[in-house]
Amino acid sequence: MAAISKRLTLIEGDGRPDAAPIERRAGTLRIATAGSVDDGKSTLIGRLLYDSKMVLADQLQQLEETSRLRGDLEVDLALLTDGLRAEREQGITIDVAYRYFATARRRFILADTPGHVRYTRNMVTGASTADLALILVDARKGVVEQTKRHAFVASLVGVPHLTVCVNKMDLVDFAETRFEEIVEGFEDFAAKLELTDVEFIPISALHGDNVVERSLRMKWYEGPPLLYHLEHVHVASDRNLVDARFPVQWVVRPSDDRERRGYAGQVAAGVLRPGDEVLVAPSGETTRIAAIEGPQGPLEEAFPPMSVVLHLEDELDVSRGDMICRPNNRPATARSIEAMVCWMANRPVSTGDRVLLKQTTRWVTATVEDVRYRVDVHGLHRDKTATTLELNDIGRLKLRTSAPLSVDDYRRNRQTGSFILVDEGTNDTVGAGMIVDAHTGESAAAAITDADARSPNVTWHEGGISRDERWRMLGQRGATIWLTGLPASGKSTIATALEQWLVQQGRVAYLLDGDNLRHGLNGNLGFSAEDRAENVRRTANVARLFADAGAIALVSLVSPYERDRVAARELHGAGELDFVEVYVNTPLAECEARDPKGLYARARAGDIKGMTGIDDPYEPPRAPDVEVAGGSVEQAVAAIVAKLGALGII
Amino acid sequence: MSYELTHLRALEAEAIHVMREVAAEFERPVLLFSGGKDSVVLVRIAEKAFRPARFPFPLMHVDTGHNFPEVIEFRDRLVEELGERLVVASVEDSIKQGRVTEETGPRASRNRLQTVTLLDAIEEHGFDAAFGGARRDEERARAKERIFSFRDEAGQWEPKSQRPELWSLYNGRIRRGEHVRVFPLSNWTELDVWQYIAEENLEVPSIYYAHDRQVFKRDGMLYALSPFIALIDGEEPFQTSVRYRTVGDMSCTGAVESTAITLDAVVAEIAATNITERGETRADDRVSEAAMEDRKRGGYF
Repeated sequence: MAAISKRLTLIEGDGRPDAAPIERRAGTLRIATAGSVDDGKSTLIGRLLYDSKMVLADQLQQLEETSRLRGDLEVDLALLTDGLRAEREQGITIDVAYRYFATARRRFILADTPGHVRYTRNMVTGASTADLALILVDARKGVVEQTKRHAFVASLVGVPHLTVCVNKMDLVDFAETRFEEIVEGFEDFAAKLELTDVEFIPISALHGDNVVERSLRMKWYEGPPLLYHLEHVHVASDRNLVDARFPVQWVVRPSDDRERRGYAGQVAAGVLRPGDEVLVAPSGETTRIAAIEGPQGPLEEAFPPMSVVLHLEDELDVSRGDMICRPNNRPATARSIEAMVCWMANRPVSTGDRVLLKQTTRWVTATVEDVRYRVDVHGLHRDKTATTLELNDIGRLKLRTSAPLSVDDYRRNRQTGSFILVDEGTNDTVGAGMIVDAHTGESAAAAITDADARSPNVTWHEGGISRDERWRMLGQRGATIWLTGLPASGKSTIATALEQWLVQQGRVAYLLDGDNLRHGLNGNLGFSAEDRAENVRRTANVARLFADAGAIALVSLVSPYERDRVAARELHGAGELDFVEVYVNTPLAECEARDPKGLYARARAGDIKGMTGIDDPYEPPRAPDVEVAGGSVEQAVAAIVAKLGALGII
Repeated sequence: MSYELTHLRALEAEAIHVMREVAAEFERPVLLFSGGKDSVVLVRIAEKAFRPARFPFPLMHVDTGHNFPEVIEFRDRLVEELGERLVVASVEDSIKQGRVTEETGPRASRNRLQTVTLLDAIEEHGFDAAFGGARRDEERARAKERIFSFRDEAGQWEPKSQRPELWSLYNGRIRRGEHVRVFPLSNWTELDVWQYIAEENLEVPSIYYAHDRQVFKRDGMLYALSPFIALIDGEEPFQTSVRYRTVGDMSCTGAVESTAITLDAVVAEIAATNITERGETRADDRVSEAAMEDRKRGGYF
């Protein structure tokens, strides 16, 4: 006991520091630590806890007793953090443990994760919520395999700040040259990683150098001690306050019918205010925020990570799993997802495997379509020959989900870009995923082909899927948008731009172009009044099928006669499908001046008979849903999009 | 506008989120309510998560029959004010039914017996998720506990095969007969709890404040004189001003000498203490170094 007491005195000098007055307004820093078994990580944490007065007298007494029973001559601060009996017996940390300490400036939540090769999953777990990753390097050993793995995980999981503590400086004579060597070694490796803020601090956890107090034995080091750095690192701008994202978690139904329903959830990103125009993904319905209720009452602003209740101006069909965002800034809607995945189960994962997937507040099933590659952590290269991911492997997977998800790139949004994978049989959490390329063509294009390629587990024939179910699965309402106007009025140009916009938003949209249809389906039709009517009828029926299937069918067709267009509208009405008539009202003179296909010239020359506008009438719609007259293509698209929004189609 | 939440409000937001996840994903949750300060905070979090609607779950108290009368009185009044349903699972009944055997001797406690009563009640009511007020700062075994902590059919906790818990994506998938213990206050410390009680102006049982009481000293702790604990030779009761830091059975919960009669005084005392709440006041954790770990594996709170 004498040795122990002396040891503690040695650590503490004049005794315990005074309790820090903890400021109620202080913010929080979440830290994830990692280090190899012998890097002294537990000792460092023990010291941070001890020096910030989080180790109390009875814990110290317990510590002394344990150390004595083990025959140790000195009190082992590491014992403070080794929570479970198995760990104490084996002298290693086997799981993520959470520690709490505070200084006058900040409160700290520290996820202490083990450094074994076997436990990458724990590191990913600890890092997933961290603002800062703390990596320990043994000054004698320098950058080792473990260091690289930890730095890679921190980078992959997008921890905004990384602090590398070069520990055991006492064992290398506090030599600046050794420290610089290690910094260089780390920087060489880290150049290949996405790390934005990296700090290096030379310390001795055992003796306390540069942990809380500046070391007098390393005067060459001009940076702050570790605790000072942890207290001051700037984290406020790490959050995404730009892209408003509110995953609906729970619907609060008022006891009084006259009151509005509330949509409860935690703000994932962005700032929400009453009066904001919002869009509910994936249905695409829009409304405004009527009011926001926070835990302390009504709010003028809600931001992450607040848990609030939103009241909307209109009573929409919003439920758990939906995401409230802004109409001009929405997540991608995708059923095909590319993601970096850390695999956490003993059973490996390979192509064709089915798992459960939870993203924000949604559960879906997902099928592994492809193992793109496995990351070799040694050299950070991609092993494209890999066909499976084993326990603790990290690699890129292509997944297909049973229903569309509203997703963002993980790099942009940790909350809406992350997911977990769960084994359907055991219910264990088996994977952690981070979405990449959510908004690029790959996923969006996949959403289109998905309209045709049926999920292997869902068929149209079995039991008859209702339209609602199908649309829900697809995450959108089907509809037909019918563009009518003179030849060369710009219908196809506008329709093409609109199709492109919709697809970029993750919508399934498909352009049925009049000219193109005449190459196949309508190839046997001429330009007589009867054939024109038949052309419109067939096209309207095809569009209706597309809309029923859940696609937004874009029809670009001269369709000059009012009665044919009315018939097309009625056909949709009978099927309870939205039909949006867009009149592209470009004056004949301008159409004729454009004449991209030379049709007007040939009609004027008498080569073509029955040319609409020349020798065949065009009957303008009496009450189109949208009329486009002049302006740019973008303005035309915007006008149509606004109408689609108003109608609740997107 | 800094768009930064204070520490307490960030903890509150996390706890509300956790509660709503459980309400949304489980069929029959229950909130374990002891009447202690942590469960008082849990109830306030539930109000914030679900009002103006009713709680989508009942409260349940595991009554050992050895509780402080002040706590039971407080419990009944609070439930009345809340207008929520309270289920009482009684250790006394478990003893009568022969499910457990009463410990004997001067150090007898019903603390361990509670586990059986708790698991029986969970099974009887078909509860699939049970909120608890446990915090990770309380004890070393608890530091490793997940927020969603899986329990097998026998109600047991297996620390080595816990589900990894990433981001705020909780996995509450279970099979019939299994359940999940959910700890919304996992990231709170004792001081956080008291500061929250102060900020929210919450009422807690009177025994948390200093009061005069007949106590006696045993194993370095002060115990209340009560019908549930027999004096050993040499133990002399005396009157002094004490308060409680935790609320458990009269038989195993120690008091601390204190004159803190206001909330501010209690908060100041907690901020300045140099002994953990469990170490100072809970005999149940002193039995062995791994006492809590063993009890948790068995299905304890």
